[in-house]
Amino acid sequence: MQQSDPSAQFGRSTVTLEVNGTTRVIEVEARTTLAQALRGPLGLTGTKIACDRGACGACTVWLDGSPVCSCMLLAVGVGHRQVTTIEGLATADELHPVQQAFIDEDAVQCGFCTPGMVMSCAALLNDQPDCQPDDVRAAISGNLCRCGTYPHVLAAMHRLRKDPAP
Amino acid sequence: MMKRFAWTTAESPSAAASAASTICAEAMALTDGATDGAIVMAGGIDLLDLMKEGLLAPARLIGLRDIADFGAIDLERDGARLGAGITLAALAADARIRRRYPALAAAAAGAASPQIRNVATLGGNLLQRPRCWYFRSRHHRCLRRGGVHCFAHDGDNRYHAIFDNRRCAIVHPSTLATVLVALGADVQLTDAAGGSRRLPLEVFLTPPAGDLTRENILQPREILHAVHLPPISEGIRMAHSKRGEKDAFDWPLAEVAVVLDLEPGGRCRDAAVILGAAAPAPHRAVNAARQLVGAVIDEKRATAAAAAAIEDATPLADNGHKLPLFEALVRRTIMAAAQGRLEDSILR
Repeated sequence: MQQSDPSAQFGRSTVTLEVNGTTRVIEVEARTTLAQALRGPLGLTGTKIACDRGACGACTVWLDGSPVCSCMLLAVGVGHRQVTTIEGLATADELHPVQQAFIDEDAVQCGFCTPGMVMSCAALLNDQPDCQPDDVRAAISGNLCRCGTYPHVLAAMHRLRKDPAP
Repeated sequence: MMKRFAWTTAESPSAAASAASTICAEAMALTDGATDGAIVMAGGIDLLDLMKEGLLAPARLIGLRDIADFGAIDLERDGARLGAGITLAALAADARIRRRYPALAAAAAGAASPQIRNVATLGGNLLQRPRCWYFRSRHHRCLRRGGVHCFAHDGDNRYHAIFDNRRCAIVHPSTLATVLVALGADVQLTDAAGGSRRLPLEVFLTPPAGDLTRENILQPREILHAVHLPPISEGIRMAHSKRGEKDAFDWPLAEVAVVLDLEPGGRCRDAAVILGAAAPAPHRAVNAARQLVGAVIDEKRATAAAAAAIEDATPLADNGHKLPLFEALVRRTIMAAAQGRLEDSILR
């Protein structure tokens, strides 16, 4: 048995997280979710919290490159895995292609689902550059958009699809 | 907000078992789910949900993520061993599992959402608590949470059990369990001394008669360590299908797993027909299997088996719609299994 911190019994412990390629050390309670840690002590408010139950996907970030609901992970449980948030996608002067395609296809209305939606789409594009519409539908099946932008999300992803090598 | 708790991690299965002074079911049978004890957490998808809903408040959680090989898949000469910590996504993506146990890979691929599958584990999927909305309500202390009344019987029971529902009408929430019982899988439980017991999953998911507070026989100071799959011989065919209100990210209204053992001429040597979302445990449709054994399976035979599968159902006021759904799904799943080809799946 290894206790991450002797003060864990009293609720707070020091956690080291790898976020967007940077090592960050924060003080959190064991009950702090990754989503809360990102938006609170880490100041990365691009990640949204809506349902807080893993049911809507607004809080989607990558853990070692795979999309996860950050509201259903404890910050103390993340360990050495690499966290990538919406802030980690764009470079200083260039948007990620998925972000640009969302703008070009008007795939945003109220915008609350958008960071999570973009993270799911960008992960799919990494894994499957030749993704078909059904692959996109499956990839965003955990992201709810109550404005109903889904057709525009599909159009954005259609722009980016690389045809498989002949 | 979840109540405060302490966090520790375990580095071996026996250390985890040693620290696991209680289990979820034991704590949830108390009024507010508060316990001084420690509960193990793998992916945590269901556990954190229960804690956020105010149904469970352990003093300590023990993280299992540091246990080596907890998420490993080992193909053995005579079957496969799946570490309980493997994620549903990893199970769905594993080429060997897809080839040899396609129904299992399909069930894992179709559960929940991509985000959940990347975190939720095989063990957690088998041990998750039921989805009954009365069980999940802080305001209803139902039979399964140590109360004296099943609210589903007088309430809205459209998603509830159509078999074995006289006292508590939950349906077992695990899609993987439906397939794994059909396959005849075993579970391996490890205790604090490092000792293991291995028993059929179907037995594991059968609590003592009358104990409605749990869906399995896991004990404190014990963890679900692995699942063992039997070998796939030449005649084995399998299929899994489900129907929900949505095609993705929904719990099924009905699901069916079928495993057939066919002779070279096509005659059925053995059959398992298991219904999920039908009863408090994966429901073995014995009469349906009886229709198949000894016969060459065709549409007529599958139709008879499907009728047999639901003949002894006892639907509640709002869930009669499940009967035709199950009947169609059983017939289709039998046909899909019988026509399935698993040439590459045979272990040499």
